[in-house]
Amino acid sequence: MSMKKDYEDIPGTFVFDADRSREGYHLNQFCISLRLQKNRDAFNANEEAYLDKYPMKPEQRDAVLKRDWNRLLELGGNIYYTSKLAANDGINFQNLAGLMTGMGVDAYRDMMLNGGRKVDGNRFKKEWGEE
Amino acid sequence: MARITAGVGVSHVPAIGVAMDTKITDQPYWQPVFKGFEKSREWMKEKKPDVIFLVYNDHCTAFDASCIPTFALGCAAEFQPADEGWGPRPVPVVKNHQKLASHIAQSLILDEFDITIMNEMEVDHGLTVPLSVMYGDMTPEDEWPALVIPLAVNVVQYPAPTGNRCFNLGKAIRKAVESFDEDLNVVIFGTGGMSHQLQYKRAGLINAEWDKRFLDLLTEDPVFASKIPHVEYLREAGSEGVEMVMWHVMRGALDEEVVEVHRHYHVPASNTAVGHIILENKAA
Ligand SMILES: [Fe+2]
Repeated sequence: MSMKKDYEDIPGTFVFDADRSREGYHLNQFCISLRLQKNRDAFNANEEAYLDKYPMKPEQRDAVLKRDWNRLLELGGNIYYTSKLAANDGINFQNLAGLMTGMGVDAYRDMMLNGGRKVDGNRFKKEWGEE
Repeated sequence: MARITAGVGVSHVPAIGVAMDTKITDQPYWQPVFKGFEKSREWMKEKKPDVIFLVYNDHCTAFDASCIPTFALGCAAEFQPADEGWGPRPVPVVKNHQKLASHIAQSLILDEFDITIMNEMEVDHGLTVPLSVMYGDMTPEDEWPALVIPLAVNVVQYPAPTGNRCFNLGKAIRKAVESFDEDLNVVIFGTGGMSHQLQYKRAGLINAEWDKRFLDLLTEDPVFASKIPHVEYLREAGSEGVEMVMWHVMRGALDEEVVEVHRHYHVPASNTAVGHIILENKAA
């Protein structure tokens, strides 16, 4: 039994469906815990000890410690969750996007000021040379 | 009887709230964003809604991944602005019209919309930013001029409810409101969007042409608009652009024929295209 995923051919995008949600559950629950100041304080005091409370996969834990923002998404993280970890580090949504796109914060901001990323050439993976 | 007289569609970009809270709205970057809400604030003063029915989504604030209701109706007496990771917004507590909210909850469930009832809930930027842009600066000591009934829609985990389901829910909300005895002027807000993608390598996607067509369709052919499939939002308007399904709840609660009294569109606010529309029922 499977449902066809008609959104899997969109490039540079993860659609946070049930499969991703299942894979990223403990990672995302860790991230959302940082919404509260007392948890941010505990995490910032000792990241490793704080992470022990969340039974995530070693590669997810590693991506958290390394702040590998794209890897977090590849491993089932969702942007609304990972942005809480970024916020804890003083990184807002726009600067996080600058990091995830590999453009850097300034070039990304300039692109947005010039109307954002165009949709032409960005609809299908094959337009990015991906299958 | 209570009546829904108008609908407001509006983006709820968190950075807009931050700009207001840190008093930088007259900076060149933000000035054009806020210029487009000057007329809206005048309109709110004239319209004076008693109640705002506010359709929005929670951004992993009140709901974590452990519980993901598709439609959650706020029935608590009041809703505190939440700490989303950078401290709560300095805005008034949101107060409910509790009797109308529970009346709507009953009516919707008997109408076969199996909503979740929230008797405690904090609200995030998805709800407070629309109030801020439409009413202007407010401090925590002030009171919002209207009571607010929040409806939180899941748009974080795929799939969000379909546009068609949202449109029909809007119709059921209207029916519920119109069967409430108290004389109340109700305005419904649909929030979120417009085109934006916050994540991964395609972040920053904006599709102004698609957004403008969406705004046109809301007035001209809302039924057609409500049939837009999820994959079209995701591909054409960015992975987070799917928030726009919430605008169909607003549109479904209005008359078939509406008048567009105001529109505003601007790129960018942070990662997002800001869209805003005010629609009035012709008879209102
Ligand atoms: Fe949103």
